Amino acid sequence: MATQPRSRRESWRLMFLIFPSLFWLLVFFLIPLVIVFAISFGQRGTYGGVVWDLTLENYARFFDPLYLRIFGRTVMIALTTTVICLLTGYPLAYFIATRPPRWRNGLILLLMIPFWTNFLVRTYAWLLLLRDAGLINTFWTGGLHNVLVWVAAAVPLPIWDPLLQATSVHLPLFGTSGAIIVGLVYAWLPDMVLPCYAAIERLDYSLVEAAQDLYANRFKSFTRVILPLTMPGVVAGSVLVFIPSLGAYVTPDLLGGAKSVMIGNVVYAQFMSARDHPFGAAISFVLMTVMLIGTLIYFRAGRE
Amino acid sequence: MKGTGIGKRRGTRWGNRLLAAHGVAGYLFLYLPIVILVIFSFNASRHSAVWRGFTLDWYGKLFADRAIAVALKNSLIVAGCSTLISTVFGTMVALAMERYKFRGKLAFDALLYLPIIIPDIAMAVMLLLFFVLTKTRLGVISIIISHAAFNISFVAVVVRARLAYFDISLEEAAQDLYANEWQTFRRVTLPLIMPGILGGALLAFTLSIDDFVITFFTAGPGSTTLPLRIYGMLKLGVTPEINALSSMMMVGSMILVMLSLLLQKGGGGRIEIV
Repeated sequence: MATQPRSRRESWRLMFLIFPSLFWLLVFFLIPLVIVFAISFGQRGTYGGVVWDLTLENYARFFDPLYLRIFGRTVMIALTTTVICLLTGYPLAYFIATRPPRWRNGLILLLMIPFWTNFLVRTYAWLLLLRDAGLINTFWTGGLHNVLVWVAAAVPLPIWDPLLQATSVHLPLFGTSGAIIVGLVYAWLPDMVLPCYAAIERLDYSLVEAAQDLYANRFKSFTRVILPLTMPGVVAGSVLVFIPSLGAYVTPDLLGGAKSVMIGNVVYAQFMSARDHPFGAAISFVLMTVMLIGTLIYFRAGRE
Repeated sequence: MKGTGIGKRRGTRWGNRLLAAHGVAGYLFLYLPIVILVIFSFNASRHSAVWRGFTLDWYGKLFADRAIAVALKNSLIVAGCSTLISTVFGTMVALAMERYKFRGKLAFDALLYLPIIIPDIAMAVMLLLFFVLTKTRLGVISIIISHAAFNISFVAVVVRARLAYFDISLEEAAQDLYANEWQTFRRVTLPLIMPGILGGALLAFTLSIDDFVITFFTAGPGSTTLPLRIYGMLKLGVTPEINALSSMMMVGSMILVMLSLLLQKGGGGRIEIV
């Protein structure tokens, strides 16, 4: 149990234990946070520095159609990612939870291994599959096309023509919002499955049986009993997927092309190429605020 | 409560088949891309996605590559130092937070959680602006500082989870047997929470060695880490060498996961997957 320090000696010990972390987090976290907040009200200098001239312009620039569109796309991509993760992750969690107990830990571990693999590596794996000279397109325009040519030669029918046409050019997979969504789902699916699994596994199944005794059919016992009882897991998982998807940088950078830019790439550009630090700071601050709201929802869900 | 879990469920035959098929598809989705990546690290062809025979050339090239050796060295220095700092500080602060009440504890708790919650790109921006403003030279030191800034929080969370199961009467028993405070800590408390500390340290090490975004923003010339190196290679084009490097890194992180699970299990505590 946590107690108040009882003696002067204990007070000193408490201070000794806390001081290093407090110092580190104050200097290398809280002060930088305040700096970002301050700079977001500054203006870009002629040579990329910051001019301390109080302005709300950086926040107003969000309403520029260019950035509004990017922000809208970012939210759409993050939402789509979350929905796909939920629709595939919940049944997967359900599958794991309904296996015999001795299987479950192994299945969870199997879920964690790709998750612990370097993020760049996991994204690169999809780059290998999706790019124009990648595995899927090599199969599409190579293997599949050749088979079709062979079949068309053997059985000349007009139905082969559109298929031959389609397989003669590569599929537009790479550099699209779709590619980004696939990469994000791949990256964050375990984040959805784990909280859902925890909720489903804890579920008291006698409640479902009670519902069925009261003539609830399978669909009803799912929508009226199982789903509401596992809702905290669903909310927690959704927040855990939505937040990092919204702030994604690596995935859109590697899998999205020039046309599928997300807000993370805009932040990056303000520091690495455009050198507009105040605008970059303002975007990061808005991102952080959205995440904090998400986190509050997450903790609410955890408490219920 | 055993026997009332969802394991008792008896669905319809087709429902169960569909669920199992979905489970298999889910794991295939998670594993196929990385398995393909590993397979193609042995492909003899340089440019094509077609299999042209088995080779170990790319691994040979990898081990001969000076830049990768330097990047690996930097990664290990950064991960080692930031893990050391964050493990010591994180454990200390975990002890304080579990044992004591004090004024401003709630606010400090929030500050301790923030680095975990905040998106990495925002944290990267914060730290870059801080280093620019304080005219700190960007390099290995600034990366270590940044990694420790988020790792302290992760270590603290893991160690606190361990401390929550700690039986305080064991310490009281030691003191009844005339152990002084230091002896009690050294001989009783520390060994008991050691699995948590090691688990936290391994998590910190993994997070540090895998981090790309924050490192990218706070790195300077000559402080390229492995993820930065991979990123640089990727920007120049896809080569089987990247596959080989990725496969090696994958093996590395798998070893780290297994180690951390073993350590946490070995302590008799429950497995805590963060």
